[in-house]
Parts: sequence; C-alpha cells; structure tokens
Amino acid sequence: MSDASTSAKGDLQLRNITKTYGDFTAVDDLTLTIPEGSFFALLGPSGCGKTTTLRMIAGLEEPTTGTIHVGSTDITDMKPYRRPVNTVFQNYALFPHLSIFENVAFGLRRRGIKDVKEQVDKVLQLVELPHLAERKPTQLSGGQQQRIAVARAIVNRPALLLLDEPLGALDLKLRRQMQIELKWIQTEVGLTFVHVTHDQEEAMTMADTIAVMNEGRIEQMGTPADLYDNPKTAFVANFLGQSNLIKGNVIATDGDSHTVDLFGQKVKVNKNRSVARDSSILFGIRPEKIRIQENSHTNSGCVLEGGTIVDVSYIGVSTQYQVEMPWGQELMVFEQNDDGIPPLAKGDSVKLSWEPVFSFGLNGHEDASAGSEVNPTEDE
Amino acid sequence: MVAIARKSSSANPLDSLRQKVAMPYLLLLPGMLWLLVFFLAPILTLVSTSTKVPGMGIGEFVQQYRWANYWDAISTMHTQFIRTFVYAVIATLLALAISYPLAYAIAFKSGRWKNVLLVLVVAPFFCSFILRTIAWRQILAQDGLVFKTLHSLHLISADTRLTSSAFAVVTGLAYNFLPFMTLPLYASLERIDPRTMEASGDLYANGLTTFRKVTLPLSMPGVVAGTLLTFIPAAGDFVNAQILGNPSTTMIGNVINAQYLQTSNYPLAATLSFILMLAILVIVMIYIRKSGTDELV
Repeated sequence: MSDASTSAKGDLQLRNITKTYGDFTAVDDLTLTIPEGSFFALLGPSGCGKTTTLRMIAGLEEPTTGTIHVGSTDITDMKPYRRPVNTVFQNYALFPHLSIFENVAFGLRRRGIKDVKEQVDKVLQLVELPHLAERKPTQLSGGQQQRIAVARAIVNRPALLLLDEPLGALDLKLRRQMQIELKWIQTEVGLTFVHVTHDQEEAMTMADTIAVMNEGRIEQMGTPADLYDNPKTAFVANFLGQSNLIKGNVIATDGDSHTVDLFGQKVKVNKNRSVARDSSILFGIRPEKIRIQENSHTNSGCVLEGGTIVDVSYIGVSTQYQVEMPWGQELMVFEQNDDGIPPLAKGDSVKLSWEPVFSFGLNGHEDASAGSEVNPTEDE
Repeated sequence: MVAIARKSSSANPLDSLRQKVAMPYLLLLPGMLWLLVFFLAPILTLVSTSTKVPGMGIGEFVQQYRWANYWDAISTMHTQFIRTFVYAVIATLLALAISYPLAYAIAFKSGRWKNVLLVLVVAPFFCSFILRTIAWRQILAQDGLVFKTLHSLHLISADTRLTSSAFAVVTGLAYNFLPFMTLPLYASLERIDPRTMEASGDLYANGLTTFRKVTLPLSMPGVVAGTLLTFIPAAGDFVNAQILGNPSTTMIGNVINAQYLQTSNYPLAATLSFILMLAILVIVMIYIRKSGTDELV
C-alpha cells in the first residue's frame, strides 16, 4: 500500500452531501469546503448531524447522495482503510491487547513501514508520554489515553485528522488543558483538523473556523469572533453564547442604520448588521454589552427604560441580572464588577443602555428561542 | 455472628481480634466441607481402588498398593487413549470452526434477532442428551438428508455408511458440545468495542487484517474458554461412541464404563479414570500457558 499521507492533499470538499436513515434526514444537502491546514470545528447540539458528517468523511458511513473530495481526489467510494484520513474516536478506541507503542505503530505497520521506532518515539515525545510506550491502554488515565489516541492518528500524517468529541470524557480542568495542547499540536504538525463538538467554548477556543450545524444543515460558518459578533440566525445567537432577542419593527431607515420600534421604545441597529427581510425584526443584543443603571441616570446610545430587576446572581468577576421589561420579557445583563459600585438589588427600577454598534438584527419571522433550549453540555 | 462479635468486643479487645481472624475460615467452612466430602474423599477412594488387586471372590479386591496397575492400564489401553484425544481435538476444532462465524454473526450482525438466536443456540439442551444423540443417528442414516446430499454430490458411494463410524462419533461430539463453544465465544466477541474495529479500518487495515490483528486477539479468552469447555467433556464422553460408533471407535469413556458396569474390574476402571483426569489436567495447563490469555482477562 502506498503512503497514504502523500496520496491526496488539499482542501476537503463536501458537495451536496445528504444522509438519510429511512424517513430521517441526518445530513441535509451539505456543501462545505475545509481549507488545508486549518483547524475546523463542526459545532451543534446532539443529533444535528455533525458526527454523521464526520463518519462519512472517515468512510464509516456512506452518503446517500453527494461527493467528498480531498484536493482533486474523489474519496466518496473509497474504503476507510484507503483514505488519507485518520480519526480520534470519542472513547479513544485504543487496542486493549496492544502496548502503547504498538497502538501508535499500528497504522505505520499496516502501510508496510518496517522501521517504525523513530516515528513512534517522535510522536510519543510530541504528546509527552514516551515513558509509557510499554504500558497497556487500561493502565493509562483518561487524559493519557486521549493523547495516545491523538498520537496514533497523527503519526500517519494524514491529509485530514478527524476528532469526534475527543474531550467529552475528560473533566473540565483536563479538558481546558487538552484544548490548548491540541491547538498547539495542530500548529506543530500543520495538519487539517476537523473537530466535532457540542461544546461552544471548546470550538471557540481551538478552531480557526466554526460551522454551526442544526438539523442536518449548516446554520452559519465563520471565525469564532465573527459568529459571536454577527450571528445570522436565532439558533446561532442563542447556541453560541447567550443573546437577548426582542421582537420589533423597523420603522425608519436613515443613513447606515435602521430605527427599530421595540414595544414603543426606539433603538438603532446598523443596516449591515441586520438580516431582517422586511420590517419584522428580531432585535438582538448580547448581555455583556448592556449597561445597567438606576432610572435617574441619563444615558447615551440605545436605551430601554422601565425595567425591574427580578434576579441577581453575583458570580465574582461579574454580576448577572434578570431584568423584566414592561412588555413582560426578561432580559439578561452581565455587568463586570470593575467599578467598585455595589451591585443593584432585586426589585430596583433600572434602565438598560448600550452602544448601537453592538445591536444586531435577525429575521423577525424566526423563533426567538431557537437553540436556547438545547443543553450544550449534554453528551451524545 | 454479628451479635456475638459485638458482645465479645465490648468485653475484651483480644477476643474481637480472634473473631476477626477466625471469620474468613468460618466463611470458608461450608465450601471446604463440600470439597472434602464430594471431591477429596472420592478422589482418595478412586486412587485407593486403583492400586487394589483381585481377591478370592468375584468382584472382591484387596489393597496391595500395586502402582504397576497404572503401567498395565496404559500399555493395554493406549490405543483408546490416543483415539479419545484425537477425536476430542478434531471435534473441538470442528465446533470452533462452526461456532466462531455463528458467534460473530450473533454478536455483531444480528440486530434485534440477537436474543432469539441465543435461545436457539441453547434450545437443544431442552431435549435429552441421549435422545439428541440417537436423533443424530437418524440424520446420518442411509435415507437421511446428509447421506443423500453427499451421495448426490458423488462425494460418497452408495455402500458407504455414515452411521457407526468415526465420522459419526466426531460429528456427534462436535454437535453435542457446540453450545459450550458458542456461548463463551459470543460473550467475548460481544464485549469487544466495535469502535476498535472501526479504528483498525481507519488505520489502514482491511477487513481480513482487522480480523487477524484486532478481533481475533481480543476474542482469545472466548476461544480458550470455548475450546476447554468442549474438549474436556468430549474427552470424557462415552455416549457418542456408544450410540454412533462401532467397536473400533471405542473411546476411553466406553472402556471405563464397561470395566465398571460389565466386567466389574474396579481397579482398572479407577486407574483409567485417574489417568484420564491427569492427562486432561496436563493438556489444559499446557494449553492455557501457551495461549497466553491470562494477560487479556
């Protein structure tokens, strides 16, 4: 067998991929290009089709329709063992009967490489576990097994490395550490990483580009900052961080901005930060962008008056408020505890204000709660 | 027990220590008694019978500690011993060849039929061992399906007999002990994480290599358990050779049976039983050592 790492190189392209199981459509007409050398995250809740997409790239599932290319090579019908793709499985799937050394050497040996020692040693150095080479997988901790799973895959220098919820089984502290390490390894080896996760923080920490998936489709794709600052759908606005989405109407447009009527109060949103198709708009503002002050204050920018604090949570770096507005909706406000002023109390009357550049507008016909009731920490 | 321990501990700390030391032995007592009465005593009786020599009356034997009985038994019955182990090994291999694909299919490919198939594997046990063996004679008879099929394929001539043959004995053994092979194999295959096989495919191993390098090594505990559970009873069996065999397919179990119940030569029967036991023990120990599965469990 030829060296898989040289057989195909280039961007990964999914063209019109659909996968159905009976009546259920897991992946719906997905078209996606993942540039060579990038760290790409597929982010979405359980059952959004992200793992199915990954398994199709690995060759463990066959797409119902559509094609998959690496560079100019069509790998759609290629057997998994012929693809220039390696996977880090969710539960690692290390071979329990083989030593760590043999686990890592497995792919090299299958490709007929005789002298594996140097390469295996090198990759064990990279994951900082050379002293465990003779152990069996069951003798390793979860975090060590995770690193060996990565080592076993990258030693083959595949065109693509697929990571299926690789950090899901680790505790929070170890997960943070591995996020940084995986990112470092990716920069070090320069391979294309495709990372599937339901954890938005994990995706944002590691990936250059994130595709947010929902119900078999890509909702939005972009850099972490772009997705966070310019969500294009209610699902993205709620799934990636938290958002206040308020139903309103565009009543005027002057220059660069729309004036929006929110239950009788006027606020502004930049025209190119709104994707509303008609006058009906879902007006959005992130909780940490809002200033919260007692009613007597005067404010600049966008202002909403008549709020009542219904809940206060002091969490050290910030204070989180739930503010009930005159129209009955509760808005979230995160206030940094950096001004030395004691937090406001429950029952206080407040006004909310923010700079108009932070406002964004979504299609007003969308469900404002889309993506907020899925629990991002739930395991698949 | 608990009440006594509490009372004594309040009275004297030394007493409670004594109680603690004695407790494991007390717990072991029922099991030890059982072994003593039903294992050690019979073994000693067996060994003691094996060194007796005929006395004055018929069926009367006196203890002479004649260890040469063992040598005599081996020199007269070595053909039957060798035949027994050859049959048992062939039957075990046959059962393995049939069971492995079956257990594999049940473990990985059966979906919702898994439980039904497992019940079907065990189902023959609902019928008596003797009856099943007699039925096997019908299956292999001249007018049975097996004979007709093989004959129509010109694999055997019309005057070949499948019953009362070594072939019948070995297939009978394999058939009768098949569930003992299939169930441990299934249990160990079922425990394999299918993702390790996917991982193997992902790491450039094709189907055959995945089987050789991952599935088979991981199922070795089942292979060892299954072959032992088939080989041991097959080596001691006499029903199959009696019902399906002829005088030249006699196994050691038949000889022991005959020496006890027909010839009433108890010392020879006891000697043969003990040799059979020892031989099986030695074979099993070497086998477990060689297969090196202790690491896997």
